[in-house]
Amino acid sequence: MPVPVFDVREVTFRYHQLTALDRLNLAIEPGKRVALLGANGSGKSTLLRILDGLVFPEKGLVTFCGESLTAERLQDPDFTYEFRRRVGLVFQNPDTQLFSPTVFDEVAFGPLQLQWPKEKIRAQVEQMLEVMKITHLKDRSPHHLSTGEKKHVTLASVLVLDPEVLLLDEPTAALDPKSASQMIDFLIGLRGGAKTVVTTTHDLDIVEDVADHCFIFQTGRVVAEGAPADLLRETSLLEQTNLVHAHRHVHTSGETHSHPHLHSHQH
Amino acid sequence: MNFVERTLAGFVNAMERALYAEELAKADGLLQRLDPRIKVIGILALVVAAAMAHKLWVIGAVFAIALILAVYSRVSPAILAKRVWLPVLLFTGIIALPAPLVISGREVWRLPWLDWPLTAQGLASASCLVTRVETAATLSVLLVLCTPWSRVLKALRVLGVPVVFVVILGMAYRYIFLLLESAHDMLESRRSRMVGELEGPERRRVAAASVGVLISKTLQMSGDVYGAMLARGFRGEVYVLDDFKTATLDWIMLTVFVALASGAFYCGR
Repeated sequence: MPVPVFDVREVTFRYHQLTALDRLNLAIEPGKRVALLGANGSGKSTLLRILDGLVFPEKGLVTFCGESLTAERLQDPDFTYEFRRRVGLVFQNPDTQLFSPTVFDEVAFGPLQLQWPKEKIRAQVEQMLEVMKITHLKDRSPHHLSTGEKKHVTLASVLVLDPEVLLLDEPTAALDPKSASQMIDFLIGLRGGAKTVVTTTHDLDIVEDVADHCFIFQTGRVVAEGAPADLLRETSLLEQTNLVHAHRHVHTSGETHSHPHLHSHQH
Repeated sequence: MNFVERTLAGFVNAMERALYAEELAKADGLLQRLDPRIKVIGILALVVAAAMAHKLWVIGAVFAIALILAVYSRVSPAILAKRVWLPVLLFTGIIALPAPLVISGREVWRLPWLDWPLTAQGLASASCLVTRVETAATLSVLLVLCTPWSRVLKALRVLGVPVVFVVILGMAYRYIFLLLESAHDMLESRRSRMVGELEGPERRRVAAASVGVLISKTLQMSGDVYGAMLARGFRGEVYVLDDFKTATLDWIMLTVFVALASGAFYCGR
């Protein structure tokens, strides 16, 4: 059995008095596309930050490829260099991640910190802008971009490092249908690749497209895991975890009723 | 107009000015075509020459050069008058006002009623101060208006300004707009729920609460941004990519700038 990319054992994390993760256990295997599903405040984003070594659990242990991921370990420059090169996190709020004066500088930030040769940086950044179809934005300031454009730039700024592990926090949040669809197409393109992709979302419409395996979160714990198709059939579980809700709607026949169900949209 | 509306108008005005500056920086003008390093060196040389000159006509000549540069760089003199010359005149004028009265010399006029004498030397000194500040401010504003902010920062880096200072300036410029937008949205939502005017104490309470929320948001955002920097390999050292290329026009203009600044320095001693 391969060593998990991330192994999370009995992890507890609190924001002051509020428990975000409560004795959480899960393992993410290499090359898998994993979705962390849960309603707002269920602890998904906190877990991503822990997996990226930005915050550390109060109790429990997290390992990355068999090595403990602790604040002390990340003091080691060699380990930090390797870890940052191999793991990339795309934040939910793109404004958090876009701090450079131009889009080009933003995408070049990571490679510069890893001290790649400057010629290689220029070439890789140009190539990544091309791949993400945002070359026309390269001299623009991030505050002039639309939310969809910002999301693409944040993704480019992480993908330029070609990380083995990609952590995506709500990649389609606040996107219009077309931008969301482009983002999903991109994530579908990662299927079958060597990358391990961990996506947090509460958008059930995209789960089967972006993941081969799901964990459902509730109040900081995993309450279920399995293949997306299997979990999406568990209506009572989804209702209990606030991932679906019953609402009233009118059928073309004129009948009006309410029941919990999943939506799917065509763009 | 109540204070919420006035504040909102101020935010919109600040954003419009920034947008105008960014559009102008992309225009096809003389200064826009120059390498930012040449612009920084050339304009700095002219500012120093104007600051060192003691003769009014020399400072006036440098001001005329600034005006020519503005016209050839598509910067409207009307905009300069509104945004630079008038505020500078008001601000420096107040500082220079006592000079004609307190500097001794040949009397040219007496103030009615007060009967205080105005001296030629005092007037010359006040004129020199005002013209010098107007010239320096015009040249500095031209540099900023005709160069995207990111390029100004990179030029400063190339010219030896510490990288941390340059990066902090760049990030401050980036996030000031985000906070401006946030403050704008906050006040707009308040306006949408307001009926009539607020009383003085209530106004102060609203303003203090808004400032508090903004500070809290700023702290939260700064923590998140630091996290995002760490996530992409930031380890306390900052690196930047400099990608400037000079052309023949740059070297010609650098020669012109240096020649004009040297001439002004020589004649203005």
